[in-house]
Amino acid sequence: MKILVCVTSVPDTTAKISFTDGDTKFNKAGVTYITGPYDDYALSRAVELKEQHGGTVTVLNVGEADAEPVIRKCLAIGADDAIRVNCEATDSYFVATQIANIAAQEKYDLILMGRESIDFNSGVVHGLVAELLGIPSLSPVMKLDIEGSTAKITREIEGGKENLEASLPLVLGCQEPIAEWKIPNMRGIMTARTKPLKVIEPVGEGLTSTDKYELPAPKGACKMILAENAEELITLLKTEAKVL
Amino acid sequence: MTITANKASIKGGEFLIKDIDASQIFTPEDFTEEQQMIAQTCLDFLRTEVHPRLDEIDYAKNTDLMVELMDKAGELGLLGTAIPEEYGGFGMNFNTSMLVAEACGGGHSFSVALSAHTGIGTLPILYYGNEEQKAKYLPRLASGEWKAAYCLTEPDAGSDANSGKTKAVLSEDGKHYIINGQKMWITNGGFADLFIVFAKIDADKSLTAFIVEKDFGGITMNEEERKMGIKGSSTRQIFFNDCKVPVENQLYTREGGFKIAVNILNIGRIKLASAVVGASKGIIGKAVNYANERKQFGTSISNFGAIKHKIAEMNVKVFASESACYRAGQNIDDAIEDLLASGVESSQAKLKGVEQFAIECAMLKVHGSEILDFIVDEGVQIYGGMGFSAEAPMDRAYRDSRINRIFEGTNEINRLLSVGTVVKRAMKGEINLMPAAMEVGKEIMAIPDFSISDEEGIFVAEKKVIKNMKKAILMVAGAALQKFMMKFEQEQEIIMNLADMMIELYVAESTLLRVEKLITVRGEAACALQKDAALIYLHSAVEKTNNAGKSAITSFAEGDELRVMLMGLKRFTKIEPMNLKDARRRIAEVSIEKNSYAF
Repeated sequence: MKILVCVTSVPDTTAKISFTDGDTKFNKAGVTYITGPYDDYALSRAVELKEQHGGTVTVLNVGEADAEPVIRKCLAIGADDAIRVNCEATDSYFVATQIANIAAQEKYDLILMGRESIDFNSGVVHGLVAELLGIPSLSPVMKLDIEGSTAKITREIEGGKENLEASLPLVLGCQEPIAEWKIPNMRGIMTARTKPLKVIEPVGEGLTSTDKYELPAPKGACKMILAENAEELITLLKTEAKVL
Repeated sequence: MTITANKASIKGGEFLIKDIDASQIFTPEDFTEEQQMIAQTCLDFLRTEVHPRLDEIDYAKNTDLMVELMDKAGELGLLGTAIPEEYGGFGMNFNTSMLVAEACGGGHSFSVALSAHTGIGTLPILYYGNEEQKAKYLPRLASGEWKAAYCLTEPDAGSDANSGKTKAVLSEDGKHYIINGQKMWITNGGFADLFIVFAKIDADKSLTAFIVEKDFGGITMNEEERKMGIKGSSTRQIFFNDCKVPVENQLYTREGGFKIAVNILNIGRIKLASAVVGASKGIIGKAVNYANERKQFGTSISNFGAIKHKIAEMNVKVFASESACYRAGQNIDDAIEDLLASGVESSQAKLKGVEQFAIECAMLKVHGSEILDFIVDEGVQIYGGMGFSAEAPMDRAYRDSRINRIFEGTNEINRLLSVGTVVKRAMKGEINLMPAAMEVGKEIMAIPDFSISDEEGIFVAEKKVIKNMKKAILMVAGAALQKFMMKFEQEQEIIMNLADMMIELYVAESTLLRVEKLITVRGEAACALQKDAALIYLHSAVEKTNNAGKSAITSFAEGDELRVMLMGLKRFTKIEPMNLKDARRRIAEVSIEKNSYAF
């Protein structure tokens, strides 16, 4: 089985977010980057599936050279090789185009990625990739087993779960608990450096550019109002918060 | 023989008399992406497997959980980092294994079990085992299939390890040694499959080491010891009653055991130093987080200067200890490489490389363990009332820290050792100490040099301070040695003072050199915080040098000699005053903003 796992390199969840260049660029200074947590789960499941069924796992990142430590960590976890499309991931469509371009040539049985990245959280890349390739996509997938050329999937839906089957090839957006989160072991780390990491140039150009980033307003002070004074709450919502 | 470049341009203990160039030292910033990934694996393992179960580990009724965790660590390869690949390990260099020790250092009782297994449990076989012994045991120890313990201490033989009474007698058929005796404080005793046991054969004066498998029989043990801290670490008293050990399981030579014990402890000491750096960083993170969250007088207590002072001091001390650890670690790696290049066998090269830096190993153990004790103490204080509660994490941190000043040689023994080794090497002419001391002796009798240096560069004034600290040590050591001659080693109080002076010098110099190297790479503006740390540390080191020096000098000098030496000490511990409060605030503010260790 040939599996492609698309991973993002994202700021650590505890990173302090700030911007430079007149609020048009994210300030990378002092920020630690990690594999997108949902992508991490997708990769872990891909490695497990490879252990069960054989095959290969390729990691794909659309990003600049500073994403390579994250890519090498994916190789340490168990991917066989990696591709980096050398460009800034400007928007979902652009990223999906790059993924689809590679996938169209390589004919993967499964294309896995996180349900969303945790930096811009659009959560649409899997759908776009599937559309560009003309194959089905499902998200968010919490359980995935393969039997022959059929995928048995459990998907989270509003208020419950859906169990379904689908034929390969598929594009899946994944989330926990699809696999146990993996820590790279020593052997994996030491073999990562010998695994191929191919850098290729992007096709086409991004369609969007960022005019300005804004941080959410700092949280205001909290006012406590006794339940018996509910009228006062309504007044405040009208006069102070101005939301009514 | 091929001529190779001599990488190890500095020998152990030579920091006392030589100036070191910043470009020569290794700094934690030099670790590669791969080494950082290795460290991250250790940290992730602690975060996901160990930290959520600390209570369970400490109050476990049996050793099952600890064994389970050790097995998981084994699966990840954490137990085999220092073992060569041909024996199932990963053959990492010394400084990488130091980094692994640091990253695994914050796991409380688990860290103790892990380091006892990988260190004193495994290393005697790695370094002193013959080919058969290595091939038989190392792969099992590297994978964690077998766990190891080290049986040296006895009820009446602690620091004086060679006074042990455990006996080994050859069986009539000459095939076994029959071991009888009692061992104490055996870490991992409750679940170990293999014991490194030290015993005296027949009427030998010195110890011999044996590899003893649990299944050899004749091994019984007392219940788990009840301890102040590291409660989850298995600590047993073990009895050997006619334990039959095949003669081929004698490790190294007859009466070679004490040498094994000493050399393995050298490695254990420096690794303990990096492990406590890891533990310290974790505790700083918790303390700063609490200071940020705890509100009093309408604001986070981290906004108060008194708390900022504590946070800064904690950060600076760890930054300093860390600088010294990896400097020495690289010195050891370089020495090993040189020995390998000159044709020395691998195990011997590693042992000799570490032995060369035995002084630094002992000093770093003392420094690191005392820093951790300082940090847990301030951690409790920052937590205030909650610090005293067993519900909050500082309770465990405070109790678990204390053992570090006792095991791997008490800090008193290590202080004696560090100074004693310097003296021994000076006597043998391996360190050119006496001529340097005599130079200083002359200098204090001469008119002080008031000339202002026109040298340019980074830390010109501070480097002069470091030079002077060296002179202060040489002055005190030279005079004390002259005074007491062969009786010097009985003057333990003075030796403690000298050890303190040496430790402060080594750590302050390492920190300064690390920051100098960083500045040359990143530029001064990017290293302002590190510069603050180096200067804060230097100021406190100078003060401690002055105090310890005074205490030493007044212990033996009188009259004119006393006055001249005190004047000399004053001259050698002079430093330009600076606003340390503001420097501390700058460091605290970054730590507070990051909600963790500042660097």
